[in-house]
Order: sequence, then structure tokens, then C-alpha cells
Amino acid sequence: MTEPEGLSRREMIVQTGIAVGAALIPASAEAQTTAAPVPEGQLKTLTRLEYDTLDAICSRLIPSDENGPGAREARAARYIDWGLSGALNSPAAGARGRGGAAPAAGTVATVREQYAAALAAIEAHAISAKGNSFAKLSPADQDAIVTQLQNSQIPDAPTGFFNTIRTHTIQGTFSDPFYGGNYNGIGWEIIKYPGVRTTVPAEYQQWNVELKPNRQSAYDHDMFEKGAL
Amino acid sequence: MATTLKKTDVVIVGMGGAGGVAALPLAQAGIEVVGIEAGTWLKTTDMVPDELRIQRMGWPPGPQKVRGEAPTSRANSDATAVRGSAAMINAVGGTTMHYMAQAWRLHPWDFAVVSETRRRYGASRIPAGSTVEDWPLTYEDLEPYYDKVEYALGISGKAGNIKGRKIDGGNFFEGSRNREYPMPPLRTTGFMEHMTKAARNLKLHPFIGPAAILSKPYEGRFACGYHGYCMSLGCHLEAKSSPAVSSIPKAMKTGKLKVVTEASVTRIEVDRSGRATGVTYIKGSEEYFQPADVVFISSQTMENVRLLLLSTSAAFPKGLSNNHGQVGKHYFSHAQFGSVSAVFPMDLRNWYGTPGQGICCDDWADDNFDHAGLNFIGGGTMYVYGERRPLAAVNAVQNPGGPTWGSAWKKNLINAVDRTNGAYMQRSTFPYEGNYLDLDPTTKDPMGNPVIRITASFRENEERISLFVGEKMREWYMAAGASQVTGNGMVRAGSAMGNSTHAYGGTRMGRNPDTNVLNEWGMSHEVPNLAIAGGSVMGTSGARNPTLTLQAVAWRTAEHIAKKWKSIVG
Repeated sequence: MTEPEGLSRREMIVQTGIAVGAALIPASAEAQTTAAPVPEGQLKTLTRLEYDTLDAICSRLIPSDENGPGAREARAARYIDWGLSGALNSPAAGARGRGGAAPAAGTVATVREQYAAALAAIEAHAISAKGNSFAKLSPADQDAIVTQLQNSQIPDAPTGFFNTIRTHTIQGTFSDPFYGGNYNGIGWEIIKYPGVRTTVPAEYQQWNVELKPNRQSAYDHDMFEKGAL
Repeated sequence: MATTLKKTDVVIVGMGGAGGVAALPLAQAGIEVVGIEAGTWLKTTDMVPDELRIQRMGWPPGPQKVRGEAPTSRANSDATAVRGSAAMINAVGGTTMHYMAQAWRLHPWDFAVVSETRRRYGASRIPAGSTVEDWPLTYEDLEPYYDKVEYALGISGKAGNIKGRKIDGGNFFEGSRNREYPMPPLRTTGFMEHMTKAARNLKLHPFIGPAAILSKPYEGRFACGYHGYCMSLGCHLEAKSSPAVSSIPKAMKTGKLKVVTEASVTRIEVDRSGRATGVTYIKGSEEYFQPADVVFISSQTMENVRLLLLSTSAAFPKGLSNNHGQVGKHYFSHAQFGSVSAVFPMDLRNWYGTPGQGICCDDWADDNFDHAGLNFIGGGTMYVYGERRPLAAVNAVQNPGGPTWGSAWKKNLINAVDRTNGAYMQRSTFPYEGNYLDLDPTTKDPMGNPVIRITASFRENEERISLFVGEKMREWYMAAGASQVTGNGMVRAGSAMGNSTHAYGGTRMGRNPDTNVLNEWGMSHEVPNLAIAGGSVMGTSGARNPTLTLQAVAWRTAEHIAKKWKSIVG
């Protein structure tokens, strides 16, 4: 069940007996810089093939199953697609040397390039070993390839990429929806995290009350300045 | 050349937990105060409950001078000192902006460890090699100042002892208080109630700990929102009772306190007679000299000691106030290492809350139990709380030997994510011969000044307490129905103390100038117009967080300066 918007403010008023005054929400209105939204269905960084491969891997790392939705439903791949044009695209291990020298053999310069190399390697391996695009393979065949990735057995996939994609998939599933993942709070619903609030009712810390997810981002509360994606 | 500024009555170095409190009684007495702070004012709009933002943008905002001067550490003088990280932050309010906010008074025993141990068990029970002394003041001497700070800042809690009368619901073991806290304790939770029941079954005396967090609106500030992003993030509601939202604004309202931010003090200056004349600081690329009748150093322990050691002069060739060689001595950090954690067979509903909202048992702390048949003195508090953030909680789930992804991993994650709890145990720690702070011979800060080198190790007494309290903590978790309890809480004798938010000594208070830098008022034994506040003045740790105690001492020192102004200024 979704709570009505603005409940947090009401909670605060109920809890403190004081309406939220101007003093508490200074400057945020003019200081907020809304990140450029990416239209539904469009990609920000990855190619469509890269995205499909990535999304399929994410959906095996945190699958949708009898225990609820997974990384695909949480749009972890979208989080990664957005982030690779921003905060996730830091220099990777084995980054380009001083003066822009070419990376050493087997290394790539940025996380974006690491993704490009890895997703291409996985796709090529899927076609050569299983005869089809990774995204079109059966879950069992996909799992076999993810296991190979974890064991560094995919030819030409950058070393350590499994840890990178696992970390990002977890972030994309369980971090604030502001960053493009955790769509509609699905990730938080998986672990029964009831959501970001600015004030929490007393009964939400009790054991006999069923917690309802509020499906809100921190930035649905207008007191906080938005950061960069 | 430094620009010389207009003289002020008192210059305070550091507008943090201690200096931000000291400023208030001075300003209220009509004394002109300039407070110099390396950090900046933090805004409520920066306190965003967003784990990725905290990771990516770095916390806190503003210059962090403290990182460039992070100390090196070694267990003993035969070991190689290695660079560690800073324990504290720079901001107006300092580390109280984002701390756990437990707001403890020390117990009467902590002020009189030597005399009380002799009286009850004999002098042989003082830990071998310890340089511990009785404080030059008693709990009763400090009680009025604890009270002033509790009311000036806004501390929540339940008294357990008012004027010698035990009160249900408070700490059965605490020293006598003159009156109740200014507001009730933070509210209880399902988990806290569960742990309380288990503690009572063990005949322990559980209570909700005192916190520098508002349980009710107070002086125009909001009550705590219990939103779960309290530790290592500031409060979006200003409910965390840092001096930055309480005593500093109050002092500024008198018109007597001026706060200078983003300014780094590099030296305390003295005249030929050995009186402090003011401080030199750098702001932007400019150097300034702020003259003052009284210099009041109130940074964190490492920087209090470093400023003295860097301020050499003809009168003080080994560093300011160090002609007795006591600056940097009697250093210790709280024995907080050594974990005990539990897994429960049910969800704990610990997503919300704040670390200051927890249940404490004081039964095995200080001298609250008979040590006659034991081989240590002191003890530890056992404290449990809940504050869980989604991303961190997912990453914290252990699945040893099991899968790290896929359906089986996910099933384990869902099952385990809200079922773990780690205990917070603070144990008595003492100063010892061979443990000290000095200037590192090779490692320098960005300005080219040496950083502090910590040479300090825990000893047998700390190890024995840790194992004793660790076992008691395990019993508490088991009594609460934990399906698995991990760790024995051991703090190994000989292991390095290192840096800590709970760092004590280095400018210890005591009557004997041969073994203490400061007198019973927190004034230098050697420099009549130099005061120091912070963890560095404390000679014992007790088994609880230091902040409220060092704030009470800072207030007392400030009040002393105001009362004795003419004799101090001369």
C-alpha cells in the first residue's frame, strides 16, 4: 500500500506538535538542481545490446522468484546505465597511465570501458558456447555463464568485473530510487525496509505493527538538496 | 607577516563539543570571545538520508583539516608507526554534529579510582605500570556542571538517583543527581523491550541510556525523528544537541561570541614571561594573529597536544606548558574493540531509530560489582541499539560458504537482513607508562608541521575486562533467544590503542604539576592564562562516552575564568 504524499510532513507535525517552519527548510527550493530525466525506454550510456545483456545478468544476480521481485523489476540496469554517465564512471583498476598512455594488457581505463569490454566478452562467449545471445538464453545457461564470470573463466572479460557488477546491482536494487534503480521501492520491499522518512511514528519501531513501505525517495522530502546522479 | 587583529578577552581554539560549550558561560559573563574553527557551519539540507550520497559526496561538507593531520600509530616504541585516519571531523559543533550522542555522566568511582581501589581492595590492585591518579575533582564537584550542560544543550534521560534516592527506570548505579533530566528518555522500541525483558531475567538493571538527542521539542528545536540515519550524519531536525544548535547560538545571541570558521590555528604565542598572548591562524591564504588575554584550547586530543608541542618558545623550549615533560603523557583511547554480535530467529524491526536510543546495563561497569575475587579493576557497559540502513544492511549479511548471488543468496538475505545485532561495549581503560603522544619524526601535515605519533597499547587489565564483559554480553544475547552469538569481545593486551573518537589524556588535569599539565580548574600549571578543554584533560575514561564529561569540565573551566578574571588576567 502506498502512503499518500506528504505524510512525512504530517508525521512530523503530529510528532512534534510544531508545523515545519521556514527555518528548517532554508534555501532548498532554489538550491535544488534536478538531474536531467532520461525519458522512459531511452538509454543514457549503454547500447541497447549492452543494456539487454546487463539487465539479464542483473536478473540472475538478484532473480525474481518465489521470494519476490528482483534486480530486473528494481531496474538495477537502469541505475547502472545512468550511473555510467556520472558517479559510477570513475577510473577503474588498471586505469590509463600518465599522459594518457594506453592501458596495460588486460586492463581498461574507466568503469564504462570495463562494462563495454565485459558485456561484449560475455555476449561473445554466450554465442560461441551456447549458440545464442546471452539475454535469450535459459536461466540455467545464464547462470552457468555468470558462474564462469565469477570464476574469471570468460575470455577477455576484465578481471574483477564480477565484483563490480555485483556491487552495482546491489546498489541499483537497494539504494535510493533517485539514482534510477530501486524502482518504486521494489528493492526495499524485498528486504522489508519500510522506506525513507524524515520522522518515524513510534509504532513503526514496535514488533506488533505491520510496516508499510512508503515508496519514497529522500528527495521526495523537499527539505533536502539533490545531489548529482 | 601575520595581520594583527583587535584584541579579545578570550580566544577559543575549536568550536566543537568542548569549546562550543565553554563559550556560553564566558559570553554570559560579558567576556568577549573569539571562537576559531577549522571547519564550517553545516546545514540541515546537507543531512540527507541517502546512503549513496553520503558515500559519494563525502561527509561532512567543508574543509577537513583533521584529515591532513591524522596521527601515526604504533603499539610500542619498538614498532614502526603507521599513518591512520582521522577520528574526528571539523565543523562548528565538531564531531558532536554526527556522533552517537550518548550523554553519560561518569560515575563517582571514575574520579577516585586510586583511592577507592586502595580502600576496597588494597594498593596492589592498581594495574601494574599504570600512571592513573585520582582526578583533582570529585563527581560531586562536577555534578552542578553536568546539570548545567544537560539543560543548556538538551539531554534526554531518566534519573536513577536524585539526591541519594533511587528512582525506578533510571540507572540504578549512577551517582547522585540534583534533579531530573530536562526531558524524558528517547522512546523504546520492540527490540529494546525484548532486550529489557531478557536483562531482567538475568537480574540485571536495564535502562534507556541518556542521549544528547531531544525526546521532546526543546527551546525551539524539534524532537528526534528516529529516521535511522543519525550516526555519521548530522540531524536534519537539529534534534541532536550539538553545541552548534544549542550553546553556540545562545552565546552568539549575547553579542559576545564571534565565530571565525575555516581558520586553522598553527601556534599559541607567548611573551618572554611565559604568558600566552594569543594565537596565530591561517584563513584562506592569509595569516592572522588574534591577541587575547586568555587562550582556551579546546580541540580534540591529538590537536590539543600537537598545538602545545608545536608552540615552542624561549620560555617553553619543549613546547608550550611542557617544562615538566607531561604534554602527551598519560594518553589512552577507549577499549572499544572486540565484538560480540548475535543473530536472532526473528526480525528485529531495527530499520529505524538512532544509536542514542538503546538499552544499557551498568551492572558490570566501574566498581558496581565486587572485584575481590577478580584479577582486574573497572568494567564495562553493555549497550544495544538498532539503526539499520538498507544498502549497508544488505552488504553486512554474512553467508559463510554459501552463494554470493542468485535465488539461494536472496533467500538468505531476506531471512537475515533484519536479524543481526552488534553490542556496544565500553570498558574502563587506564593510562600506562610507555603510552604517550609525541610529534612524528617524519610524517607531516600539508602545512609541513609534524603530525602526532601515538605510542600506546592496551594492557592486561583491559584484556581481562574485555573477556569478562564479553561473556556477560553473550549471556544477555542468549537470554534474549539469539540463535547464534559470535565473538568474545576480546581486546588483546599489547595491541595498539591507536586513534579514537574516545581519546584521553595528553594534557591531564591533576594537582601535581610533575605529573599533570593542568590544575584542578583546567588551567595550565605553567602558563597562568592558558586553559585547555576536551578529552585530553581526562585522566580516566570510565566505561562510557566522554563527551558530556568533557563538556561539564569545559563549562567549569570557563566559569572559573569568568569568576577569577582579574587574578588570571593580572
